[in-house]
Amino acid sequence: MYWEKDIETMPREELERLQLSRLKESVKKASASVFYAELFKKNNIDPDEIHSLEDIRKIPLTTKDDLREHWPYGFLAVSRDKLVRMHSSSGTTGRATVIFHTLDDVNEWTNIVARSMYTTGMRSSDVFQNMMTYGLFTGGLGFHYGAERVGALVIPAGAGNSKRQIQIMQDFGTTVMHVIPSYALHLFSAFEEAGVDPEKDTHLRIAFLGAEPHSEKTREKIEEFYSIKAYNSYGLSEMDGPGVAFECQYQNGMHIWEDNFIVEIINPETLEPVSEGEEGELVLTTLLRDGMPILRYRTKDLTRIIPGACECGRTHARIERIKGRTDDMLILKGVNIFPIQIEKKLMDIEGVGTNFLIILERKEFNDHMIVRVEVQKKFFSGDLKQLEGLRRRIVEELKSDILITPKVELVEPGSLPKSEGKAVRVIDKREE
Amino acid sequence: MVAHQLSVFAENKPGRLAKVTSILRKNKINMRAITISTSDVFGVINLIVDDPKSAFTILEKEGLTVSMKEVIAVVIEDKPGGLDKLVQLLYDTGINVENAYGFVLESHEKAIFVVDVDQIEKTQKVLEDAHFETLDAQALSAIEPFHYMKY
Repeated sequence: MYWEKDIETMPREELERLQLSRLKESVKKASASVFYAELFKKNNIDPDEIHSLEDIRKIPLTTKDDLREHWPYGFLAVSRDKLVRMHSSSGTTGRATVIFHTLDDVNEWTNIVARSMYTTGMRSSDVFQNMMTYGLFTGGLGFHYGAERVGALVIPAGAGNSKRQIQIMQDFGTTVMHVIPSYALHLFSAFEEAGVDPEKDTHLRIAFLGAEPHSEKTREKIEEFYSIKAYNSYGLSEMDGPGVAFECQYQNGMHIWEDNFIVEIINPETLEPVSEGEEGELVLTTLLRDGMPILRYRTKDLTRIIPGACECGRTHARIERIKGRTDDMLILKGVNIFPIQIEKKLMDIEGVGTNFLIILERKEFNDHMIVRVEVQKKFFSGDLKQLEGLRRRIVEELKSDILITPKVELVEPGSLPKSEGKAVRVIDKREE
Repeated sequence: MVAHQLSVFAENKPGRLAKVTSILRKNKINMRAITISTSDVFGVINLIVDDPKSAFTILEKEGLTVSMKEVIAVVIEDKPGGLDKLVQLLYDTGINVENAYGFVLESHEKAIFVVDVDQIEKTQKVLEDAHFETLDAQALSAIEPFHYMKY
């Protein structure tokens, strides 16, 4: 039932000792990078002066902006010829955060993904269909490598093409799938159209849900429709990708693999640690990454640590389903989008006015983005064709940047709500 | 002679047309013709009014997005073939019509056909040579159409 029993069930005291020795190493490794060398110098931090886990708080927090500002190589702690892999958190070129891995890094990452999968009951006899986008996004390759490590037969199906997904499931007896929750729901209708009953006509037994915030209710729907167990997972490319935290068979919080990461929950305002079991922002430190160690990374994700031990016997802390974010990042179909990206693109387009609004909707289990854009008054010439042209241009420009095709609606200048202070740029209607 | 057409940008939702017409009513502006073209969620209201310049100022002051452009109001005969005569002429001379609409001026006698064309000066010349009568804003305001029909 354990992938690595010694580590997974390690007594807390011993686990913390392991963390401390790894933390010391990680801080030393990090000091080889341009970013941390400067940061340590500026804050008078001696990498040899980490004597307890609490000493981690001497190190300032690292943010996504830091990663962007030191793009692309400012966080590298090894020479570039040691690197074997690059991933990126979103599709943009200018603002993307990129993460590099050495071969050892990929191996350690693969190990925790394999551990996570094994924890849910996946075994080498399973047939694993990876219905995730392959590419810069970590979800595709991360799970792919993990499943191979477990020894399962991996089908790299990729995203989309519902008919083929269902066909593959039947042809090769898929037992485990990795899928975006909204796509799992969307597939309901494809199953009905194909006249395939997922319970009787497939061998599905497990689904890994990821890359998208989803509710307990969505999980229940998926479990019921497919007659399977669906497991929630947590990860972010800055911390390798999937496999950072994963549910065990008890589906009561996600075990965060503390031999690989140091977990802190802080108050996002005061930046001080919250008291035990209280909600706050998740802060993570890599312990086993050589290529690009990141210390005290602000994930901007809100959660809490569930107090007490888990019935499964694993001693690693559990975090709750992510409650939301402390910044305005949107996650749509696994793609990270910041409203500022959309703003930047829009403001470069002639004819666009001053205000816009992003609306996220869930229709027939699919997430959609609608962007309402005010037209510039003097751009209007009375010609509908000209407006249509503008609308199409906005769609194309946004699509090239955020990799998602939004629906664009042109509205009259001054018609969108103007808020005092911080503008409301996003209305998320996806909540159930 | 050229006439002036006002175009108002409007979202395709209840109340937008009502807003335009109520402003015109309050300011005693008379409409000669109105057409609406819509895309999925937005559209354009085209107006021919008796006093386009002050209507433009008023609508803009009320916060609407308005533009004014020159169009040609051609007098045609209100009988079978009346419009065809004009359109054939435009076709023969290579003039493209971007938008057009018409209304009857005097039943079985005269109608007005408003054309928005790509080459306005050439069109004026062509019409003049073919002895078509065109109206400007003043002439349009002096007439009392019977009813309006959309082209």
